[in-house]
Amino acid sequence: MLHEPASQSGRDPAAEYKARLGLWMFLFYCLVYAGFVVINLADPKLMEATVVWDLNLAVVYGMGLILFAVILAVLYDLACRRREAALAGEPAKKGGI
Amino acid sequence: MAITAFLIFVAFVLGLSFYLGYRTRTSSGYYAAGGRIHWSVNGIAFAGDYLSAASFLGICGMIATLGYDGFLYSVGFLAGWIVALFVVAEPMKRLGKYTFTDAVDAKFNSRGIKLAAAVSTLVVSICYLIPQMVGAGVLVEPLLGIAHHWGVIMVGAIVITIVATAGMASTTYVQFIKGGMLIVFSTIMVIAICARGFSTKPDQGGQVPFYEYATLAATEADGRLAVAEPGWEVIETQEVKAAGVSFAKLSREGRVGWWLISRAEGRVALKETQSVVVLSNGTKQINGAPASAENTLRQVGNIERLRGKTDPVQESISPTELLAAMSDKDTVVRRWKDASFTDKDGAKTTLYFPVTTAGNILMRPGLKFKVQGTPLEKLDFVSLMLALFLGTAALPHILIRYYTVPSPASARKSTIVAIFAIGFFYILTLFMGLGAMINSVMNPADSNMAAPLLARSFNSLLFAVISAIAFSTVLGTVAGLIVAASGAVAHDFCDRFLRIRMDDRRKIRAGKLSAFAVGTLAIVLGISFKGMNVSFLVGLAFAVAASANLPAILMLLFWKRTTAKGITASIVTGVVLSLGLILFSPDMYKQFGWDPTTAPIPFSNPGIASIPMSFIVLVVVSLLTQKGSTRVAGHPV
Repeated sequence: MLHEPASQSGRDPAAEYKARLGLWMFLFYCLVYAGFVVINLADPKLMEATVVWDLNLAVVYGMGLILFAVILAVLYDLACRRREAALAGEPAKKGGI
Repeated sequence: MAITAFLIFVAFVLGLSFYLGYRTRTSSGYYAAGGRIHWSVNGIAFAGDYLSAASFLGICGMIATLGYDGFLYSVGFLAGWIVALFVVAEPMKRLGKYTFTDAVDAKFNSRGIKLAAAVSTLVVSICYLIPQMVGAGVLVEPLLGIAHHWGVIMVGAIVITIVATAGMASTTYVQFIKGGMLIVFSTIMVIAICARGFSTKPDQGGQVPFYEYATLAATEADGRLAVAEPGWEVIETQEVKAAGVSFAKLSREGRVGWWLISRAEGRVALKETQSVVVLSNGTKQINGAPASAENTLRQVGNIERLRGKTDPVQESISPTELLAAMSDKDTVVRRWKDASFTDKDGAKTTLYFPVTTAGNILMRPGLKFKVQGTPLEKLDFVSLMLALFLGTAALPHILIRYYTVPSPASARKSTIVAIFAIGFFYILTLFMGLGAMINSVMNPADSNMAAPLLARSFNSLLFAVISAIAFSTVLGTVAGLIVAASGAVAHDFCDRFLRIRMDDRRKIRAGKLSAFAVGTLAIVLGISFKGMNVSFLVGLAFAVAASANLPAILMLLFWKRTTAKGITASIVTGVVLSLGLILFSPDMYKQFGWDPTTAPIPFSNPGIASIPMSFIVLVVVSLLTQKGSTRVAGHPV
């Protein structure tokens, strides 16, 4: 039975680096996400506290988790592209993701 | 206008499918769009796949009825993409061909994994299909004026046609168009909400006069209720224990209606409700008069006090002002709940009654998920957040999209585009949900229509476009799920597990036949589960996916001692345990019409038990089966 991908891609020398970096970033996000869940369980009234721009902690933390995911994604891509370019022996292309 | 927009859209989608179907000649084209989709298109198509009826209809509806608790789904659904990006995206692309099973079995070539993963894909896809089909019926019912079941059948038929003509190629482009339109028009709607501002007597821009619900003073002596104002007669009272409320049936000048008995600060008051009564002869009455196209439930939901003031009109507000004012402890919002009972004449009565909630309570978790409740209720909350976080990267219709791009780097880039698009949309859901809550647009009998009804309160064109997008949301997601499910049956089960020799044409035909069978099943289930909140149902599908698939993916990638038997046992455990816990949970008992307090499982979200158990089983079985375990050479992760 066939196992090859629908579209073939060559060996990726940066794969190990990307996997390790991804795991660490995943664990870091897990910690921040767990903090959100723990506050809700341990002291839900704390979520009512006004934090910034008259917004409460629930709104700021919830939206913050969404924005934080976007920021981490961009940083991860940047690091991956740099490593891929370095291992391929050419500079990283500017712009875009 | 809504019907015209809807028909144009359906015609366009079908035309695109037939065009792409004409070009689809190979099984790679059918199952993975030939692996040639550009990462930016695939990223938006990811958003289209992911922003399903649950996101657009369900989350907005849940925020509109339960405040911040609905937004928890947005937070959890988006967080799941972190797992997809950092852990799953590139390895999945490197390992697989068409399906999740290909990837998880790539190192072992095990028939056990093939069978278990195919069954798991099928089960998760069907669990996810149910809320989409429920959403389809909900949407089409008011849009085209046809019954819920006809809406479900129509959507099912269109989707089967889309999938059976061109498979993943048409599904991808439908998702791309829909994902883009959804984000653009949701942004327009949020701008419209902020431009309209606040009013304690919202009238939908002058289209629908605000209805003032009456409150009557009452007295209670020796258990007998009496209305203070003359002319009213109390006919009977009814307690609904499940909802923790009591009602009084009042009559005045020949008109009879149910009122909520409110006891607060030593005073008794009666609050006007809305009612749907199905008499023993089958006749349906709404608010005391026969149901008709003109006599329907009034739209509800408004601010009673804004930062302590009872009658402010604020014409435009910034997004942060909206959130800040809604979170204020001196802001009070009127929401609506329901309670059902059968009266002594055999009439099935459902009453919709108002409750008021302060902003500080509304805008933090607690109205649905009892974070201040018993340990079990807290566990239910943790369980949901865990399943949402871990479920995304295990959904079959998301995983197969990694095979439509040409390389692992493209898989990563498309995931990042998806995170941008989906994250932005989920932030918008909070504004759309709150907008629906306070603009008197909610149908008290169905939270799922919050976003389209909010759009209608602005103008009919926006309603037409939003309805068409919502419909395409359902179409696209159902199409993706049916592709995933048909891949599980035709590719994983028939081709790889049963080893039925098929050429490319027969593989495509097997996929199309499977799509027809799964689509038909989805129609039946969509009709059966009418009335349940689609976000809640999707949360359960996430729990099954996270329990069945994610432990296998993660351990395969990060634990070298993982064996084929360990993976098989883990998938089987995840599927069986999560489904079992769901079927015996209080929410399912309620769905079956049984008393939820008698459910043997005390919580509704199974992830907290089934996900760790699936991991444990994988580790234990792998350790016990180290001898003789074989890996296929040449398949590095």
